[in-house]
Amino acid sequence: MPVGPEDIHKIAHLARLTIEDDKILKISEDISNILSLVEQLQNTDTNNIEPMAHPMDATQTLREDKVTQFDNRDKLQAVAPNTKDGLFLVPRVIE
Amino acid sequence: MLNKTVKELSQGLTDGEYSSVELCQHYLNRIKTRDPKINSFITVIEEQALRSAEIADKTIAAGNATPWTGIPFAHKDIFCTEGVLTTCGSKMLENFIPPYDATVVSNFKTVGAVCLGKTNMDEFAMGSSNETSYFGKVINPWSTSEQLVPGGSSGGSAAAVAADLVPIATATDTGGSIRQPASLCGLTGLKPTYGRVSRYGMIAFASSLDQGGPMARTAEDAAMMLNVMASHDPKDSTSINKPTPDYTAGLNKSISGMTIGLPKEFFNEHLSHALQDTIQTAIKQLEGLGANFKEISLPHSDLSVPAYYVIAPAECSANLSRFDGVRYGHRCDNPKDLMDLYLRSRSEGFGDEVKRRILIGAYALSAGYYDAYYKKAQQVRRLIKNDFVTAYNDVDMILSPTSPSEAFGFDSKGDDPVKMYLEDIFTISTNLAGLPGMSLPAGMINNLPVGMQLIGNYFEEAKMLNIAHQFQSITDWHTQSPQNN
Repeated sequence: MPVGPEDIHKIAHLARLTIEDDKILKISEDISNILSLVEQLQNTDTNNIEPMAHPMDATQTLREDKVTQFDNRDKLQAVAPNTKDGLFLVPRVIE
Repeated sequence: MLNKTVKELSQGLTDGEYSSVELCQHYLNRIKTRDPKINSFITVIEEQALRSAEIADKTIAAGNATPWTGIPFAHKDIFCTEGVLTTCGSKMLENFIPPYDATVVSNFKTVGAVCLGKTNMDEFAMGSSNETSYFGKVINPWSTSEQLVPGGSSGGSAAAVAADLVPIATATDTGGSIRQPASLCGLTGLKPTYGRVSRYGMIAFASSLDQGGPMARTAEDAAMMLNVMASHDPKDSTSINKPTPDYTAGLNKSISGMTIGLPKEFFNEHLSHALQDTIQTAIKQLEGLGANFKEISLPHSDLSVPAYYVIAPAECSANLSRFDGVRYGHRCDNPKDLMDLYLRSRSEGFGDEVKRRILIGAYALSAGYYDAYYKKAQQVRRLIKNDFVTAYNDVDMILSPTSPSEAFGFDSKGDDPVKMYLEDIFTISTNLAGLPGMSLPAGMINNLPVGMQLIGNYFEEAKMLNIAHQFQSITDWHTQSPQNN
């Protein structure tokens, strides 16, 4: 299925990416090529085949519901671009 | 002192031939003189390494050494190392100093190995040639007149070991990223069963496919590494709670009577004559050791690349949404609002291949397409797994080429990503099925190494290492090294 520049802009926005105008044609072409490679899947009969989420069909393991102390805030925030008083700072969201 | 294995170095340390400080200094010097041409390291931690080596020497003197105490090595830059820059080959993490260690990293610290630095890789492990790293491409040490790729995404780890800048390095494999570079650099690399090695602190690409594993010269070293890397980890909910065997224990067993399957779909017209001949010779040598071969069929093999290029990008687009410019990683200058902050931080931080895969993933997961792409791919994935399950009713092991060719030149795949994706045509199905796979040197074509792949049943890493070790006891491909080492 060919994907045009407009589709790319739309998907890019969903993924919070900006694609420069001079790259958009090449990217549409690349993605169309990849999607036609992927298109082969459509010819396979998968009726009654359960989708496989885990190789051993394992389910999420649960741990005991125990309170644990987490006190690494300063260490974790040391790598943040902008913090104040233990909070992550972003541009104003609410006027 | 060249091209020593961990096994040999460990003996040398025990016998007092050299101290760990001397050993680490030797490799650090090699990195200094050789790596400017290879670019296999992103970060070298000389001071820290020498301090750890001093501690290791005291441990050895006190008689408390493990086989790993004082052994220098490197981590792929995808594993978080507390206090040490961890970039994942991306501008996004150019300044990221993790506040914690990956479980694989703490496992190596526990046994006293000495990390010398972090190896280069394709950005976020997306690539088969190491051309997508923000920190520059890695050059295959086997290159002669033309510069050749080391393979990817663990190309830095492979090049560093092949050039003898470290005796071993850690690596990761999502679609072939351990096995293909091992093949192209003449090394032994192993991707364990999904869940065998903890993914905690291993930066995620496609969570249901990613698996860490060893990059080494020999099967014996790979077995020693797996002994350290494999562990049950409550911090990784997909880690398998199953006892870890001693992977070195069965290396010397006879492989006589074993049945090895040759999937007819992998031995097709796309294989070069030279590669066919190389694999046939290796098969004869294994027959000499008593193994039997039979043709098998994995009928859905041709669907593994298409299924992979839905599943891996879909998971990558979800995983990489965490890079928001807020909590860590690259942040754009002077964002005018929150949307601008997200858009510019991500667009500046990610390279082209990463963006391409995020876009495919976002497309495959978007409203109206989920069933046609993601669900369909997950169904096909089960068909691929079922093929293997059926095959293992008749055989103990599967053998194939690792990659379609020997090392190739930079830009030789043009700028068509699909051509590069086909580089992993023999390795991808293993990740989709969650099976263990390994590559070991099988011969030389045009003076360049090529590997063969062993694919084992679930948790049969020890059997794979046994076959590989037996093969290496009658061949010397794994002892060869680039001429200018």
